[in-house]
Amino acid sequence: MKERELVIVGGGPAGMAAALAARAAGVEDVLLLERDQHLGGILNQCIHPGFGLHHFKEELTGPEYADRFVRLVKEDPAIEVSLRSFVVKLTGDRQLSFLRPGALEEVKARAVILATGCRERTREMIAIPGSRPAGVYPAGLAQKMVNMEGWIPGKEAVIVGSGDIGLIMARRMALEGVSVKAVVEIQKTSRGLVRNVVQCLEDYGIPLYFQHRISRIHGRDRVEKVDVVRVDDEFRDIPGSGFEISCDTVLVSVGLIPENELLEMAGAEMDKKTNTPASAEVNQTSLPGIFACGNAFKVYDLADSVTRDSELAGRAAAKYLGRL
Amino acid sequence: MPHDVIIVGAGITGAAIARELSRYKLKVLLLEKEAEPAFGVSKSNSGIIHAGTQNPPSSLKGWLCVEGNRLLREELAADLGLNFVQCGQLIVIFDEADLPELEAIKAEGTALGVKGMALVDRAWLDANEPNLGPGVKAALLVPSAGIISPYRYVYALVENAVKNGVELKTSSKVIGVNRIEKGGFYVEAGGQVYTTKFLVNAAGLHADEISGLAGAPSFKITPRKGEEYLLDRKREHIANRIIFPLPTKTSKGILIIKTSDGNPMIGPTAHDADDKADLSTTDAGLQEVLDGARRMMPSISKSDIIAYFAGLRPVSGKDFIIRHEDAAPGLVNAAGIQSPGLTSAPAIAVMVADLLRKHGLPLEPKEQFHRLRPRPAHLFQVPLEETRRLIEKNPAYGDIVCRCELVSAQEVRDAVKRGAVTLDGVKFRTRAQAGRCHGGFCTTRILKIMQEELGFPVTALTKRGPGSELIKEERK
Repeated sequence: MKERELVIVGGGPAGMAAALAARAAGVEDVLLLERDQHLGGILNQCIHPGFGLHHFKEELTGPEYADRFVRLVKEDPAIEVSLRSFVVKLTGDRQLSFLRPGALEEVKARAVILATGCRERTREMIAIPGSRPAGVYPAGLAQKMVNMEGWIPGKEAVIVGSGDIGLIMARRMALEGVSVKAVVEIQKTSRGLVRNVVQCLEDYGIPLYFQHRISRIHGRDRVEKVDVVRVDDEFRDIPGSGFEISCDTVLVSVGLIPENELLEMAGAEMDKKTNTPASAEVNQTSLPGIFACGNAFKVYDLADSVTRDSELAGRAAAKYLGRL
Repeated sequence: MPHDVIIVGAGITGAAIARELSRYKLKVLLLEKEAEPAFGVSKSNSGIIHAGTQNPPSSLKGWLCVEGNRLLREELAADLGLNFVQCGQLIVIFDEADLPELEAIKAEGTALGVKGMALVDRAWLDANEPNLGPGVKAALLVPSAGIISPYRYVYALVENAVKNGVELKTSSKVIGVNRIEKGGFYVEAGGQVYTTKFLVNAAGLHADEISGLAGAPSFKITPRKGEEYLLDRKREHIANRIIFPLPTKTSKGILIIKTSDGNPMIGPTAHDADDKADLSTTDAGLQEVLDGARRMMPSISKSDIIAYFAGLRPVSGKDFIIRHEDAAPGLVNAAGIQSPGLTSAPAIAVMVADLLRKHGLPLEPKEQFHRLRPRPAHLFQVPLEETRRLIEKNPAYGDIVCRCELVSAQEVRDAVKRGAVTLDGVKFRTRAQAGRCHGGFCTTRILKIMQEELGFPVTALTKRGPGSELIKEERK
């Protein structure tokens, strides 16, 4: 089994920042594994501006922000990037197995940084009753469809949840000529950034219903309408407050869950509630030589903060490896 | 040339009948109203291969279940490359006063031919099912029960039937049946009129309508809804067997079901419904299922749930209806096939073939019947060393599309080549999108592979057939 100094899983903003910081701190051999066919992770589908204000003191789009790191990573011959590489196994003593087209590879790492990001919470996790037609998508998937593929999923949309992805997709769909009929939020306030509430909803006249929930999805083959009901402070339905909205699409934006199945597989102590490593200190896990950074460690609001903290992970790995 | 037999419905019952009849020199047509086989009642099946217990010894379904279980275990699982797992089942009680009821189930099962049953006490349960709650006092162990993927069972039967000459027509809803005076039927479906000597009705929820169209309005199908909730694969080992409470009058109760794909499932509810198309789940159903499951296993939590669905059981009285209708000579009904229909299917198929023979259909074996179906490769089912061999043979097995369930691009392509034309069809065959992210990461990739393989624009791709288009517009 080949031995590598540092293996980083995930080539989004967190993995790239960690790789560059580890190199700057003296690590001489980095293997960066990315499951997609290019680096950048979710930033590639975030074509809106708002990135880089802290890190670069200028406003960039997601792909522009990613590209600054991609270039540095590619320029560095000591960082080996392996694309379309999917890690299927990680052990507590840092053996990794990954698949890529044509090969199953196994490496032994002296240190590992997991920068595996998040997945979206789905309709299933908030248990919206009703039928299961086509047209119900996680908002991030819809973003990928529209921005990466040019596929417009529907004509009339309702968005569940007012997190940033939901807000940004409300605007994105409106810009594509989709009638965005409502954003429905069960809480009293938005979980998204204030600037997104203003720039994505108010500027486009999209109604935002606080303390409401979708109580049922209708439609056998494709979404036809949703039932909406007002809830009280204990999230109980208020009788008589229900109404319908006809639509063919429901985008679900109800939060993110860190993807830490590898860390769990390796035997790290996990915080079950957040699906993150149980750790008092940033980027640390209970396993020596295994670090987690970016959205895999905790859900961040800004990519800039991911970069900042992931650089710390790169340095922490370098220190563990005796380079600092 | 007229068909010898037209089978209406490519669910588990119709698929098993088609495969059984494909042994003989017959011209057989299998009609399915949905876009793919298994898209009706069968897709919502729990996947339990019942042992035969919990049925009265005098019932038809009792002995068909025992025989169907044997046929699957001893022949079909190996012949068709199916992942059947004989995990066994437990019927648990919460009060020792119910022990006589377990004894009665055991005695009835023994009369039907169920083998190896044993009453087990709390100490045995502690050693073998440590997650059972303290309320459980004892159980009946039934070792011959097992689990299978219901849709992959259907697909295997249909593929093998087609390989043996059966013709399959999907998106072909039967809208008219006319009896021919000198014998046989005209069957109108999917814009075509077919002629057949015999008609086999395996139309599930709509079997009463088909029987009526053919001239034998002799029964009514009532849908009985069951809601099921799937748990994260991380909870795979929460139970080592299928766990049942004592059965009630209308159902076998809320169960904890191991599935052959790893995700445990809890459910199903059982409530009579009016609407044969209502597959909605409800807040009340979720609560009922959670309460029922947690009574047996208190550590099950709402946050373990990653998916849910509802199915409708086609109910007509207490037993299956499997008979030739003398009012409509040539019509054989296989109707009211609710639980344990999945288990019974191969035995039902043998019985239907026998009924056809008795009513004048010659069953002459083919010189060459292809009994075996190659097992499709699924990375999630094989150890890493086997994965390495697959990738060495074909690099595309190393190209992972679905990260939650470990499904490669090659498996998605295979699914389309084997007949999947919808996103659900790919999911049922491969498990891509069936995991915790629910297709969030893999849907676009799957749609692109489907576009390549099928040659359709993305706007023509559907979730489960016409009307369920996924993308409304494509920007160039």
